[in-house]
Amino acid sequence: MGAITYKRGREPHGKEHRVIFRNIDREGWDASIGTYLKEGGYEQLKKALKMERAAITEEVKKSGLRGRGGAGFPCGVKWGFIPPSNTKPVYLICNADESEPGTFKDRYILHQDPHQLVEGMAIACFAVGAKLAYIYIREEFPEAAKIVEKAIAEAHEKGFLGKDIQGSGFDLEIYVHRGAGAYICGEETGLIESLEGKRPYPRIKPPYFPAAMGLYLCPTIVNNVETLCHVKHIIEMGGEEYAKTGTKNNTGTRILCVSGDVQKPGYFEVEVGKVTMGEVINDLCGGLKPGRELKAVIPGGSSAKVLRADEIYTVGRGDDARKLTIWDIPMDFDTLAACGSMAGSGGVIIMDDSRSMSWVLNNLNNFYAHESCGQCTPCREGSLWMKKITDRIVAGKASPADIDTLYGVAKNIDGRTICAFGEACSWPTESFVEKFRDELIGDTKPELEGALVNAETLTAAASL
Amino acid sequence: MSEVKPDLVDVQIDGVWHQFPKGTRLIEACRQAGVEVPHYCYHPKLTSPGNCRMCLVETGMPPRPAPGAESPQPDESGHLPISWIPRPVIACANTVAPNMGVRTTGPITEGCREGVMELLLANHPLDCPICDQAGECSLQEYSVEHGKGESRFREQKVKKPKNVDVGPRVRLDDERCIMCSRCIRFTDEIADDPVLGFTDRGSHTVLTVYPGRELANNYSLNTVDICPVGALTSNDFRFQMRVWFMRQTDTIDVNCATGCNVTVFSRQNKIYRVVPRQNNDVNSDWMPDSHRLSFHWIDSDARLTEPMVKENGKHRVATWGEAIAKTVEKLTSLSGSEIAVIASARMTNEELLMVNRLVKQLGAGHVEIVPRMGEADGYLISADRNPNTNGVKLILGLEKPGSALERVKSGIEQGRIKALLCLQENLVEDGGFSGELLGKLDFLLATHPHANPTTGIADVVLPGACWAEKSGTMINVTGRLQRLNKAVDAPGETLESWEIVRDLIQALGGGNGIYSAMDLFKQLAAEVPEFKGLSWGQIGDLGLPLIETGETIPALEREKERKAAGLIVG
Amino acid sequence: MLAVPQDLEAEIDERITHYPVSKRSAVLPVLHHLQHHFGYISEQAVEWTAAKLGLEPIKVLEVVTFYPGFRQEAPGKYHIRVCRTLSCAMAGSYELMESLCDKTGIDRSGVTHHHPIAISADGKYSIEFAECLASCGFGPVCMVNDDFHEAVTDVDGLLKQYP
Repeated sequence: MGAITYKRGREPHGKEHRVIFRNIDREGWDASIGTYLKEGGYEQLKKALKMERAAITEEVKKSGLRGRGGAGFPCGVKWGFIPPSNTKPVYLICNADESEPGTFKDRYILHQDPHQLVEGMAIACFAVGAKLAYIYIREEFPEAAKIVEKAIAEAHEKGFLGKDIQGSGFDLEIYVHRGAGAYICGEETGLIESLEGKRPYPRIKPPYFPAAMGLYLCPTIVNNVETLCHVKHIIEMGGEEYAKTGTKNNTGTRILCVSGDVQKPGYFEVEVGKVTMGEVINDLCGGLKPGRELKAVIPGGSSAKVLRADEIYTVGRGDDARKLTIWDIPMDFDTLAACGSMAGSGGVIIMDDSRSMSWVLNNLNNFYAHESCGQCTPCREGSLWMKKITDRIVAGKASPADIDTLYGVAKNIDGRTICAFGEACSWPTESFVEKFRDELIGDTKPELEGALVNAETLTAAASL
Repeated sequence: MSEVKPDLVDVQIDGVWHQFPKGTRLIEACRQAGVEVPHYCYHPKLTSPGNCRMCLVETGMPPRPAPGAESPQPDESGHLPISWIPRPVIACANTVAPNMGVRTTGPITEGCREGVMELLLANHPLDCPICDQAGECSLQEYSVEHGKGESRFREQKVKKPKNVDVGPRVRLDDERCIMCSRCIRFTDEIADDPVLGFTDRGSHTVLTVYPGRELANNYSLNTVDICPVGALTSNDFRFQMRVWFMRQTDTIDVNCATGCNVTVFSRQNKIYRVVPRQNNDVNSDWMPDSHRLSFHWIDSDARLTEPMVKENGKHRVATWGEAIAKTVEKLTSLSGSEIAVIASARMTNEELLMVNRLVKQLGAGHVEIVPRMGEADGYLISADRNPNTNGVKLILGLEKPGSALERVKSGIEQGRIKALLCLQENLVEDGGFSGELLGKLDFLLATHPHANPTTGIADVVLPGACWAEKSGTMINVTGRLQRLNKAVDAPGETLESWEIVRDLIQALGGGNGIYSAMDLFKQLAAEVPEFKGLSWGQIGDLGLPLIETGETIPALEREKERKAAGLIVG
Repeated sequence: MLAVPQDLEAEIDERITHYPVSKRSAVLPVLHHLQHHFGYISEQAVEWTAAKLGLEPIKVLEVVTFYPGFRQEAPGKYHIRVCRTLSCAMAGSYELMESLCDKTGIDRSGVTHHHPIAISADGKYSIEFAECLASCGFGPVCMVNDDFHEAVTDVDGLLKQYP
């Protein structure tokens, strides 16, 4: 195997640690199985097929791998939730509905290294005993769907999928299922409903925990694309060895997707917790735009709470407590949570001092109002309400009291909905108001306090 | 600590410990503990989507000690301390757990309710003054109990379709809809007629009937009953009467042998609507549209209000005394074998008891009823469209009610039967008797609420009360004894059948005394073995099983299956 | 009834076999095939899908109207979706939308929640805003039919590819 070279202008940064993205933008690399096999493709599947199923889950548990889709839940633990007494079929679904604003990593895996995903999935399916699996790809990735379907067909042909894989007696079919443009399908139970051909209304938990009652009310494991790719490498390295990458409780590598006001936005695979926000902005992304200052960062996809640039963050407890500026924050699950936000799906959105926070929040509120499935009251009614208030703030038609209402509406959604969309849509508003209240108030007009903004209020009685 | 049974768990509700069977939903546990948890989407007979979020409550569990730490110790009552959880949970779908705590008051629960109420009302049109649901609207009720009394909503409301005909009997106002999905679940899960659905999404979600289709099944009006707001209203009832002006009478439906439990809503002796009343042994929470709307028949123009006698081929109004005397005069001139009595399986047991006595008093050679057999609908409508065929069997002693009707016809034809007492039936239209045949009789008495071809021929016509105007008992298809309660007064001089028959018996020199239907029930309990030892009060609002018939009600059987599968609370 | 060509129906039938447990699961793929062929989902397409999968038509309509990926009106020959969400908006997607409308002669003044798509007078182009297309580092991005375009600055150059 010669040294890996990358396409000009797409070379990885020196601080990157490419595992999952090893072949992304690589010279001479393509999505075909031939290319994949030349570099040891499907060897880990062969290895896994000779292992005890429980041993694979055990390796994944040892690896400390946390879900890369947003919640950061330990992957091996999730697999372990399938009831031991289960007699029903088990399904595995790869969540390739990548749609959290600010996140753009799965797209490249699907386009450029689909066999890595297929191999990871096959290993995971074998481990959990799934004979039927789906890759739920968002509708806006039509090309990716074709590429992955081709990869599946190739893997089938070579005996890595289908009946009696590599003589192991294990059967597996993987199909691609295309979404249709709904963010809520990224929520695992919404995705399952969508895959069942229904409106993707997330299910109540309890009782519908997917690992016990998922697709067709059978145990179902839903994992993100990136997470499933890691499984392959865990088998290759061994769980313990894998756990040595990254940092404690935040193991392995993850792909950061950086967008917004930096010189060179893009995707960067780094060891979790080994680079700081400052390194992300200044090194990986070549710094802020000339003459600009950092104002705010959304560190883990648009649902993550915004971090203010000039704030001092206290992380750790007791003797371990330390104070960090935004620049010092290591990009890992636990520290970002301690800073009051989250690592989420790895989408880092950088905002400099040219940005109006009212405008940014309004943009996000538009997104969430558009994407609320409408099933449960708080989110259905609240997401549109928040959008309408920020519409007015941006249009200069709001009063300072509207900021309090805005915040109150968000608080009435947060923690009270069926799925995490409630938090996803309320956290931006909560955090922007908490961190940038003065700026938002600056965009309002005190004289509009109590003013009629809605002619309906007057005419409602008359139209009865 | 109270005695622990293996299938019971201890749960603290608002500070008081109770025991509930495992699997009990929190909302039902609270209800059993006397605490009503507000809710919109939850309905015990339907699956639980948990979408309205009105039933959010604060809960807690015993603290989980950190590894190595000391386990929490039980208190004097044997219960572990409760560590309260900041994230509220829905009471409708979560079930009880050992040593669980539930708070239906306090800042978390109350904050949720206030918040959900404000959000539900944000885009609601607030057109309560002209909304039919006003007075029985959960939005109104919970606004008073759990709302803040004011809204911070100042935006333009979402516009949606209004006044939509979703079917022949149901009308939809989408702006009032709170998207609880009860109606959709009803049409999917109970009525097997999935024509309703949600289209669009988010705040723009609308309840829709599929274009070109109708919500037309015979159970469509149940969606109006379970709609917690004014989104679905009944074409028949809308704008007829404000609900708070009406009197409610719990009684039973008489359109078939199922005997759906109903509540009759009336004002000043006029019935405005009939709605099903929950009885899990009879009709669950439902009833067929055809049955609930049949009350309009009561008020028709053909209603009889005074006794009449025929003179010179024409009816004239008479007093009760005159009419009874004329009847008795005729009957006493005949031998019993020349007299036939046609009673009705729409009569109460008490009325049938009196009929039985009349038959004995007269020594009547024939007693029969008019059968009404149709098709069972596989839900609640029984093939037997008479409500009290089982009562007829028990009290009149007819083994196969209706089977001897042809013999009565031939008896008239052959002149063996000279007088016929037709009680509460229309022999021409419902019994297959021709006017010509009835014309051969020397004497025909007909009692009925309405003028009809049979009363047109009768020598004596007596106005008899209909089902809503009398009290009594009936035995349904499964053998359940149920109470009929008088909802409205009968018009004019109309009497209940037992009163008419009593007066006849008395005039014939028979039994004395003035009875009430309740007195008659006491006599039933004394005379008919199956009724032995029963009292009127014992029957209660939900009735009681009296005899084994081996019959079942299909809708209930399916409900039992769904309950056993854990899909519904039941 | 919808006139579905035989080869398309064969493709759809094959697709349905991917869901051995429940045919209902094939609602989205069937609709995708129909939209790809007909350009949008008509009432007949809803009913055809329902009949194909043994569903009540309302169950299909519920799905069609939920997903922005399904159109109920015919789009232009080239359907453009411009990403509207934060990173692209910061990179100039609103300006891109304006420029695209300008050069294609599309008037978006009639766009509402229920009619998100605007079409040029000649029917050649149609356009709508889409939410995050997942290429946030390379905005503004848009899709033209199934083609994806990142960092779109040369609108003339883009449109030239779609004559």
